[in-house]
Amino acid sequence: MRTGFFPLLIGFFGIVLFARLVSLQLLSNEYGDMSLQNSVLKQNIYPERGYIFDRNGALLVSNQPMYDLMVIPRNVRPFDTLDLCTTINISIEELNEQINKAKRYSMRAPSALVSQISKQDYAVLQEKMWKFPGMYIQRKSVRAYQTDVAANVLGYISEVNYFDMEQDPYYVKGELIGRQGIEKTYEKILRGTKGVNYLQRDKFNRIIGKYKNGILDTLPKPAKDITLSIDVDLQEYGTQLLANKRGGILAIEPSTGEILMSVSTPTYTPNLLVGRARSEYFNTLKQDTLNRFLFDRSLQGQYPPGSPFKVLNALIALEEEVIDTNTRFTCYSGHFYARNQFMECKCPSGVQNNLNKGIHNSCNTYFSNVYRKIIDKNNDAADGINIWSEHLSSFGLGNYLGYDHPVGQAGYVPNANFYNLWYPNQKWRGATTVSNAIGQGEILMTPIQLANVAATIANRGFFYTPHFVKGIQGTFIDPKYRTKRYTTISEEHFTPVIEGMANVVKIGTARIAQIPGVEVCGKTGTIENFTRINGVRTQLTDHSMFIAFAPKDNPKIAIAVIVENGYWGGRWAAPIASLVIEKYLKGNVKRAWLENRMLNGSLLDEYAKVTSNKPFAINE
Amino acid sequence: MNKLFRIDWLSILYCVLLLAAGLANIYSAAYTLDNAEVAWSVLEKQLISLGLAVVAVLLIQFLDTKFFERYASLLYLFSIFALLGLWVMGTEVSGARSWYAIRSFSLQPSEFAKVALALALAKHLGDFNTQIKRRKDYLIAFLLICIPAGLTLLQPDAGTALVLLGFFLVLHAEGLPQLFLTALLSLFALFLLTLVLGVTWVLVLLSFGLVLYLFFQRKRKRIIWPAVFTVLVFGAFTYSVSYIFEEVFEQRHRDRFNIILGKEVDTRGIGYNINQSQIAIGSGKFSGKGYLEGTQTKGGFVPEQQTDYIFTTVGEEWGFLGSITVLGIFILLLLRIIRVAYKQKTTFARVFCLGFACTLFIHVAVNLGMVVGLVPTIGIPLPLMSYGGSSLLAFGLFLGIYIRIEYQRTVA
Repeated sequence: MRTGFFPLLIGFFGIVLFARLVSLQLLSNEYGDMSLQNSVLKQNIYPERGYIFDRNGALLVSNQPMYDLMVIPRNVRPFDTLDLCTTINISIEELNEQINKAKRYSMRAPSALVSQISKQDYAVLQEKMWKFPGMYIQRKSVRAYQTDVAANVLGYISEVNYFDMEQDPYYVKGELIGRQGIEKTYEKILRGTKGVNYLQRDKFNRIIGKYKNGILDTLPKPAKDITLSIDVDLQEYGTQLLANKRGGILAIEPSTGEILMSVSTPTYTPNLLVGRARSEYFNTLKQDTLNRFLFDRSLQGQYPPGSPFKVLNALIALEEEVIDTNTRFTCYSGHFYARNQFMECKCPSGVQNNLNKGIHNSCNTYFSNVYRKIIDKNNDAADGINIWSEHLSSFGLGNYLGYDHPVGQAGYVPNANFYNLWYPNQKWRGATTVSNAIGQGEILMTPIQLANVAATIANRGFFYTPHFVKGIQGTFIDPKYRTKRYTTISEEHFTPVIEGMANVVKIGTARIAQIPGVEVCGKTGTIENFTRINGVRTQLTDHSMFIAFAPKDNPKIAIAVIVENGYWGGRWAAPIASLVIEKYLKGNVKRAWLENRMLNGSLLDEYAKVTSNKPFAINE
Repeated sequence: MNKLFRIDWLSILYCVLLLAAGLANIYSAAYTLDNAEVAWSVLEKQLISLGLAVVAVLLIQFLDTKFFERYASLLYLFSIFALLGLWVMGTEVSGARSWYAIRSFSLQPSEFAKVALALALAKHLGDFNTQIKRRKDYLIAFLLICIPAGLTLLQPDAGTALVLLGFFLVLHAEGLPQLFLTALLSLFALFLLTLVLGVTWVLVLLSFGLVLYLFFQRKRKRIIWPAVFTVLVFGAFTYSVSYIFEEVFEQRHRDRFNIILGKEVDTRGIGYNINQSQIAIGSGKFSGKGYLEGTQTKGGFVPEQQTDYIFTTVGEEWGFLGSITVLGIFILLLLRIIRVAYKQKTTFARVFCLGFACTLFIHVAVNLGMVVGLVPTIGIPLPLMSYGGSSLLAFGLFLGIYIRIEYQRTVA
């Protein structure tokens, strides 16, 4: 007899199993994770994305249902594949591939066979669904644009990518995120906060109930609607006026800083970026490097400001007391600003210009002298240009304005450091940088900066940070949009400059911009510009530029218009600006002849020159 | 009253605890969120089986131990016929012809063969003329074991066959020559080695071992032939293992071994059961997910969870604490039965109790070993806890006779 045999055996077994249970249940963590992965489904509940309205309450962006055709491969029976393919417009190969993909994913869990079926296809498909066992239609919500304009302002949403998920762990694969424009800036307001349902899954991946009776579940927080400062009628009108032209219009309400319109052409219809054809359209838009559909000229376009910049020099000179309103300079259809260096001007030879005449005649000679007086005030060009640069910075130039749109450019304002680097022997003076006097030098500005300068002048010395948001449902907009930003120029210096700008329209270079009954103050610009064609620096037809505000007293709108390669300022930009102002202030436009000329005018031939591979003439 | 104290209440207490744990976990395993009635109907069926088992236990208490000793051979023969009868009247369920179907109830005769074998062995060894060390006697004992084991293996029901073959351990405890266990263990080790290393390496190792052995022995001439013979036998065995494994085993058997040996990991196909079983148990952690809260259990990820894999519910919902409690009670019960066995005055009583303990042990060891991934998948229920009537009834018979035997010892 071996009495110890069984107890030994049992003891051995007990120790082995105890050790195994310790390692399985206490020491290893992987099994807990694996358990949650295969048995608990985290299902997100999304609040409907917020609507976007214009300043007058017109609905711009809402949501629309799109339909995904879902399939549960196990339940599929032989069906009329041709019928399905023609109904939803896909090829048989594509259908088979999708079904196989779904089978590989799971025989019992639903997968999307075709996503984003339009309302029209859905209507037909729905009638036939009984023919397709194992399939059903799942509704989901995508953006619906109620307007054909303002694509550049509104932006778009798209599926999150790896980077987004890395940046913000809120997002998971397959979710949508504001990718551009207002959709991006106000993403958190427009999306709300998703809720989560935890569901118990069974081995077939079917939902069999709530996990832990739903105690872990959270409710979604609803999204908020946004009202924009954009006037969609004005936006549409501006888009039409710029048809067949490349350029931008940006208008601001000076008393609030609200952006009334932000047009960039050529543009696209926002609805193109919704639905099954989205990526195809998007690539078309993105790959066009000449028209640059996705480039917002009103916010991102950096141009030399040209003559409108002269009013800034005038303001700085007055503030620095290097001139007064009566200071005169004689113009000989230009002047020598250095030995053998002549700057042309359109004034008749021998004209004596004071401030007012200098502005409304846009006299280059006058402003060259003004500029040199500013820079050489203390006989120290570096000091002078830094003072000048700081004055400009107070207008928000050379920096991002801080508006609520994700795209933009800072522009450029040079300072002493810049020229010290440029001229290493440090021998530079006011005359060396005299191009700055007429806005053609190193300075770069965007249309929104130009419009903001107009608004600042209209306000006689201050501006509000321009912004696209007018109101957010149930909350206030950022207080920074309600705070005045003062420039370094005293209020009294604006009056003579404004008189000059009024005369630009009354008797000066922009008489075409006159609106009966409205006193418009403006300044034209005709901007030399260059490009590289096959590596050769080539001058192109000037840009047509105009900044303005109206009415002169108690201004309601400040505007900047640029028409690329449109030649002189009074040719395109000034008429377009005045038509927009008339439309905004009076509701309708009386000058039909001018309106038609702008609407029908095309610069496509001008733009074709660049790619023609032939020599071409400019400014004709 | 005095008589009642002589009943082995301790064993009964352990059994009741295990039965209660079994019922609770069967309910949980069958419980689905949208349909609790299913769980009730499963539980109801198990309760009926339990009722029958209790009745059996009670009825047995009216019989004398002598009755079982006298009719052991008859019961054994009856069980053999019952096993043979399966070929005529048996019902095939999932590939095995192991059941008699009587209306909605099905009966598994191999379960009762265990009890019959325990009785028959006890009677054989308890005979005055039997000497386990004698060749004739242990060969008879081998025969008694191998007939029902062979019949169940043919059904095929490897699990029950393994349990029946487990009675070999009882013979060893009773004093079977040491050679047999040594040989068995050696062959088993050789079997595993062959599967892990392959035939060639095992033969190389064997030859190497033989040379070493002979080198260190003084009386080389006397032992050289037995030693060579042994190695030749082992070598032949290695070959036959390889042959059986590749040619006789079906793919599913091969897979089961390979998974345990770590040669193959296929969590979607054949390895699914073991993988899901370990996920369920492992995710229970220290204190478990709570009763009826097991996500793996609710999702039905573990196959056969109410029957062979009932321990996964314990592991998931009651955690490490629950697992070791169940394990502990089983071990206490086993040790208790062994203790009682060696208190018996007759060989018949002792061998029967050891047979009971041995059956219980093989069941528990193989089942728990399987669910925690230490033993290849073999369909053996966890005694007293798994869902299933025949098993419960068989253990009822074992327990009933065991209690009766112990009662009679203390009275006498």
